[in-house]
Amino acid sequence: MSVFNQSRSRVIRLIFLLSFVVIIAQLMNLQVFSSKYSQLAMDNAVFPKIVYPERGIIYDRKGRAILNNAIMFDLMVTPVEVKNFDTLAFCKLMEVDTADFVKRIRDAVFKNGRMRPSAFQSLLTPQLQARFEENSWRFPGFALVERPVRVYPYNVAAHLLGYVSEVDKGDIERSSNFYRMGDYIGKNGLESHYEKVLMGQRGVKYMIKDNHNRLVGQYENGIFDTAAIAGRGLRTTIDVDLQTLAENMMANKVGAVVAIDPKTGGILAMASGPIFNPNELTGPDKGKNYSRMLLDVANPFLNRAIQGRYEPGSTFKPLGALIALDEGLITPSFGYPCPGYYIGCGIGKPKCLHSGGGHSANLRNAIAFSCNSYFTHMYRLAADNPQYGGVKKGYMKWREYLNGFGWGNRLGVDLPSEDRGFIPDTSVYNKEYRGSWSSCTNLTLGIGQDKMGVTPLQMANAMCVIANKGYYYTPHFVKSIDDPQPEDTAFLNPYKIRHEVLTHIPEENYKAVMDGMEDVVTNGTARIVRIPNIAICAKTGTAEKFTILDGKKIKLDDNAMFVCFAPKDDPKIAIAVAVENAGYGGTWGGPIARVLMEKYLNDTISKASMADYERISNTNKMPKHLKRLQFKTDSIRARQWFELRKDSSYIRKYISTTVSPFNDNSLPLQPAAPVRPYSSQTWLAVLPDNRNTYSTQPVARNRA
Amino acid sequence: MSQKNPAISKGIDWSLVWIYLLLASIGVMAIFGATYKEGDPIVQTFLNFSTDYSKQLYFFGVGLVLGLFILLTDSKFFAATANIWYAGGVFMMLLVFPFHSNIKGTESIIRLGGFNFQPAEFCKICVALALAKYLSRPDTDFTKTRSQLIAACITLLPAALAIMQKETGLALVFFSFFLVMYREGLPSGILVIGFAVAVLVVATLLLEKNTLAVILLGLGLAVLLIMRRQIRRNKSILIKIILITLGCILIQRFGVPFIFKNVLAKHQVERIYSTIGRDVPEEYMKGEATVDDKGKKTNTADYNVKQSKIAIGSGGVLGKGLLKGTQTRYGFVPEQRTDFIFDTIGEGFGFVGSLVLLGIYLLLLFRIVTIAERQRSVFSRCYAYGVAAVFFFHIGINIAMTIGLAPVIGIPLPFISYGGTSLLTNTILLFILVRLDADRQMVLR
Repeated sequence: MSVFNQSRSRVIRLIFLLSFVVIIAQLMNLQVFSSKYSQLAMDNAVFPKIVYPERGIIYDRKGRAILNNAIMFDLMVTPVEVKNFDTLAFCKLMEVDTADFVKRIRDAVFKNGRMRPSAFQSLLTPQLQARFEENSWRFPGFALVERPVRVYPYNVAAHLLGYVSEVDKGDIERSSNFYRMGDYIGKNGLESHYEKVLMGQRGVKYMIKDNHNRLVGQYENGIFDTAAIAGRGLRTTIDVDLQTLAENMMANKVGAVVAIDPKTGGILAMASGPIFNPNELTGPDKGKNYSRMLLDVANPFLNRAIQGRYEPGSTFKPLGALIALDEGLITPSFGYPCPGYYIGCGIGKPKCLHSGGGHSANLRNAIAFSCNSYFTHMYRLAADNPQYGGVKKGYMKWREYLNGFGWGNRLGVDLPSEDRGFIPDTSVYNKEYRGSWSSCTNLTLGIGQDKMGVTPLQMANAMCVIANKGYYYTPHFVKSIDDPQPEDTAFLNPYKIRHEVLTHIPEENYKAVMDGMEDVVTNGTARIVRIPNIAICAKTGTAEKFTILDGKKIKLDDNAMFVCFAPKDDPKIAIAVAVENAGYGGTWGGPIARVLMEKYLNDTISKASMADYERISNTNKMPKHLKRLQFKTDSIRARQWFELRKDSSYIRKYISTTVSPFNDNSLPLQPAAPVRPYSSQTWLAVLPDNRNTYSTQPVARNRA
Repeated sequence: MSQKNPAISKGIDWSLVWIYLLLASIGVMAIFGATYKEGDPIVQTFLNFSTDYSKQLYFFGVGLVLGLFILLTDSKFFAATANIWYAGGVFMMLLVFPFHSNIKGTESIIRLGGFNFQPAEFCKICVALALAKYLSRPDTDFTKTRSQLIAACITLLPAALAIMQKETGLALVFFSFFLVMYREGLPSGILVIGFAVAVLVVATLLLEKNTLAVILLGLGLAVLLIMRRQIRRNKSILIKIILITLGCILIQRFGVPFIFKNVLAKHQVERIYSTIGRDVPEEYMKGEATVDDKGKKTNTADYNVKQSKIAIGSGGVLGKGLLKGTQTRYGFVPEQRTDFIFDTIGEGFGFVGSLVLLGIYLLLLFRIVTIAERQRSVFSRCYAYGVAAVFFFHIGINIAMTIGLAPVIGIPLPFISYGGTSLLTNTILLFILVRLDADRQMVLR
């Protein structure tokens, strides 16, 4: 019947064939000619998991780890597995409230989805961790995950070591995307300076993930993996015993102590007050502690040993003497009449603690008794040195000497953010005095005041130069790096260079100055520092200090300054101490230095020194105006918060406990109130806890 | 018994049987590749009926037994009972409405004991038999429109029922029987018209409404110009051309939008647009756009096809090897043991493997056509073409949808996709053909 349609079988075959040809063409396109699909499949299924190496450890000079790695635990949750769950018991056990629990789970789902684990609580306290471990079987979906943290077994050296934290955007940009979100990076201190050494090398493990992003195994049995290389250890010159003593003595003080081995430039101890415990910046309370310290007006994060700028005061005098000797302006036997004040410029200033009695009859005595007139004259001689013709050229020559001691420039210590100090050049005075000034204008430079500012590290370095008779090694912490690599030289070579800055000064000049400094201890202003059988060279200093608070200039207690090195003939340690608002340099700085020297040179501490150590450690010398300043800063911040967020919870505590400076309940109606300048008395009345002890002091002082 | 055995094997086309065994084995292997879990004991899981590949293996065995039964049956039985098959098939499809179970959005499945049974799938056999029966009737004159309409009705009744059971994909399969009718004398004009309508629909989706209208008008005018001499002789041609043009514009402006708005479900619209690589236009959006947990609009159809293309594309020329495909092993390809089983072949064995599989399928189809043409009886020929048409449609659409050439309509790959109903239906389809072919000298009515 349909035989005539037989030709149609060929049409049908053709249809079959053509359809298959189309399919094969598309298969060719996908499988043979497109290369993107393999990559897409890899991206889908292969997850390069970064393996973080163990960070390098930092050791002290005797090989004790000042900083180590430890494991803490994060509590992770996989939301999909949280079933048949006793939320109430869990919340009670882990000390979270149920609303918070729900919120955290929701956040976890939002962040990583239901299938993958996310952090429920990071860095559990040991108590919570133990509690969870005992009960973990009751709570499906929750698990502990190890997380390496830094620990500080000696609880010291927070300022030197710095800390690690997750990288921020800036870090990633600066590293041209070497770091990724979630990486840890050293912030501040040695952790930051030696980041490249400490971090080691990240490894990569290629893992297979499924369509829910769960890791299900190793890709190709790990043949493409690279192993992580652990960070290398740092061998430092720090002496933990010394460091601990120094830090304890700086507790509740503002200031800094630096001890250097003059022969190598290795820093033995460096403490900055107020101190804080480095362990506060690890562990569960990290964030809380961090913000508390950040808002503290005493600024505990500041490493004052390299960032604090102090007037050296009388501790400058040995340097002034050396300059005058070297320029040939005086001989060690030079004497200068001192009736109790400087007579050279006819203004009767600066005053001198002593008058007559031969305390300025020669250089040695002048140093020993710290004669202000004598050293003012030294400066004027140098500035007005006829050899250079004119005070400006003479001054610049004098300044050159100070630069030689390392003052006014960064020394190059292996910590970030070192301050350069400040030794003004002539342009500063030219600007201030419109070009006409003389050595009388800035004569207090001769006694380490005026515009001069140096860091305690620079002061200690100057002692090294004198102790070494003209040279120094750049102060540093790291003497070697474990498993040395060629690229380490960039770090370490600068510290092997001997800076022969002032070796052209004849040895007898150094000797003359050292003799004077020795007399400071034997019969001068620092007799308190004496240690039997050790020849100590020292110089005390006391610098006046003012601050402006509530629009008034307040004279604060003097800064105690102290520098020394010992033993005189074979110097092993050079120390600089600066304690703000403490009083005489001899009284406060001296004992601190003596404790450190005894410990370092004799390896024991005498009874008397131990008593001093206890006394100093337990004395609070925090400047009193800080409380007032803190209150001011906090209340202004609270005010700003209130204006920004209309949230009065912070500001309330600054106005509610006592007589309000505002009319009753009128806070919101007086927008600018807290930032107005107030009379001190009104405001001091608002300090509830120290009204009696402190309230009127600054005012009284001001009047005096 | 020993006498009967040669009778059974006599006339059997062994090439078909071998191809069948080969394809079903590839199927079990592919399902193994897609669902085997690392660390499971292979032999045990193959035998304990708990994994998909072991189930498929058992169905393969059941299929072989069924095939043997069919070979033992008399050829005349199928011709004689074709109408009963059809009635039974339609009856079962009707039974679905009250008794269906709810599985994955389809309403076409009946649960019998532990097994899911899909009558629409089974109905393909019935239609193939009934259509062959109708076309081979001595008093059927297929040149008459009436006969053509009846044949169309026989084919499309189960299709309509399948649509009502939300099995659009299976419904479309029944349209493949028009290939049988074409072979039996359906005017080729109808195929041309069908193709033209398909082109028009695709053009509607791709082109802007008014642009397409202008193009259609332009085409109409061009045809008028070319045919102006004939029109002068016969005015009715002019009317026809105008009507066709108007009809096209009507379809484009109202017909297609009507179907997209009122007939197709949301996922179908999404899949069609995903195939042509466009976003679903707002007028066809149904309800809210699907949004993922990060607030981005997602198109699951798009995701499926994209992952499927990645799987096949990443196989490259030689493939990654069985159980090495990351896309199929780790769940990126959806429905990978059923509708997207071809991904396992494409990823694991690459272009070469795909080509081999396509070669086997083409061999199967050509062999069936050859067998059809050597039948003495019209019934057997029609039935054979029916089988070829069903297989062709399944193979073509299934593979085309995994490589993004056709919209994702859930129809399985014959002999390879996981699923008992599908495997057994195809086995029965094929073995009835083998049985009929064994008696190709006989005239069946």
